[in-house]
Amino acid sequence: MKAKIYVTLKRGVLDPQGKAIYASLSHLGIKGVEDVRVGKFMEITLKEIGVEEARRRLDEACRRLLANTVIEEYRIEIGG
Amino acid sequence: MKTAVLVFPGSNCDHDAYHALKHGIGVDADFVWHKRSSLDGFDAVVIPGGFTYGDYLRSGAMAKLSPVMGAVRRFAEGGGPVIGICNGFQILLEAGLLPGAMLVNDSLRFVCDFVHLRAGTDRTPFTRGIPEGTILKIPVAHYQGNYYADERTLSSLEERGQVVFRYCDPEGNVTRESNPNGSARNIAGICSEGGNVLGMMPHPERCTEEVLGSADGRRMFDAMVAWLGERPA
Repeated sequence: MKAKIYVTLKRGVLDPQGKAIYASLSHLGIKGVEDVRVGKFMEITLKEIGVEEARRRLDEACRRLLANTVIEEYRIEIGG
Repeated sequence: MKTAVLVFPGSNCDHDAYHALKHGIGVDADFVWHKRSSLDGFDAVVIPGGFTYGDYLRSGAMAKLSPVMGAVRRFAEGGGPVIGICNGFQILLEAGLLPGAMLVNDSLRFVCDFVHLRAGTDRTPFTRGIPEGTILKIPVAHYQGNYYADERTLSSLEERGQVVFRYCDPEGNVTRESNPNGSARNIAGICSEGGNVLGMMPHPERCTEEVLGSADGRRMFDAMVAWLGERPA
C-alpha cells in the first residue's frame, strides 16, 4: 500500500521561499495568485498492515522525524 | 582535560574546532565518530558545523538519531559542557536539547560574514567571565540560521536568562539591520535551563587567532577551560 505525506510550514511561520515564488509568479504576469506556501511531499510504500495501523505508524514517523512540529504541520493520506 | 569533537558524515568544521582547541587553546582534543555511544573520559563536547547527511529533510534531522547523540544527552544531563556550533546548534534543536527550530534565512541567501554579538549571560561554561553587554566579533556562514520559536518560548528564554548572544551592530545596539538572517529577537545563541548546553550559529572556532580577523572566539574556549578548572571533580 502507498501513503502520501505532506509537510508544510505552520500558518504564521514565515515562508521566505513561498514569498519569493509568489513574487516570481507576479513577475511572470500570472494573475490571481494570492499566496504560495512551499512544503515537502513524501511517498511511502508500506507492507499490507491495514489502514489504521499504517496511520498510527506514519503519525509516529511524522512526529519523530518527517516533520518538525515546532515549525511544521503534516497531513497523511493512505491508499492507492 | 579532554574535549570531544563529534564527527558525523558531512561535518566540515570538525578540523577547525580541533585546531582551535588543540593548537589555539592548547587543550587535549579527540575526534569522536558519530557511531560511538559513549563519551566517557571527556570533559567537554563540541558539535561542529557542517552539512550532516547533506541537510536531507531538515538540517540536523538525521544526525539527531546517531548513537552518539544518546551519549550527548546523558553527558548534558550530568551537567557536562556541550557547545553546538552552526549545524551543531541545528542538531541540538532537532534533538530537543534546546528549544526552537531553524528556518531558512529571510534573505534566502547563504550569509558568510563577520557579525557582532552582544553577550547576554555569563552563566554558561563558554561565556564565564564574559559579562552581559560584551561585544564579540565572530563570523557566521549558514543558509538556515533564522531562529524561530513561538512567542511563549521566546519570552521564557528571556526570563530564564537563556539568550546567550544576540546579533548587534559594532556598538552593541541590537537592531534589525544587524540581524543577518531574520532570527526572532536577533537571537544568535541560546543555552539550556541549566546553562551547560549552548547552541550558536556564529563560529567561535574560526576566530581564535588575530590573523583570522578576530580572536574573540578564543575567549569562549578560554572560558570553558577556566570553568572546567574550577568545576569540583
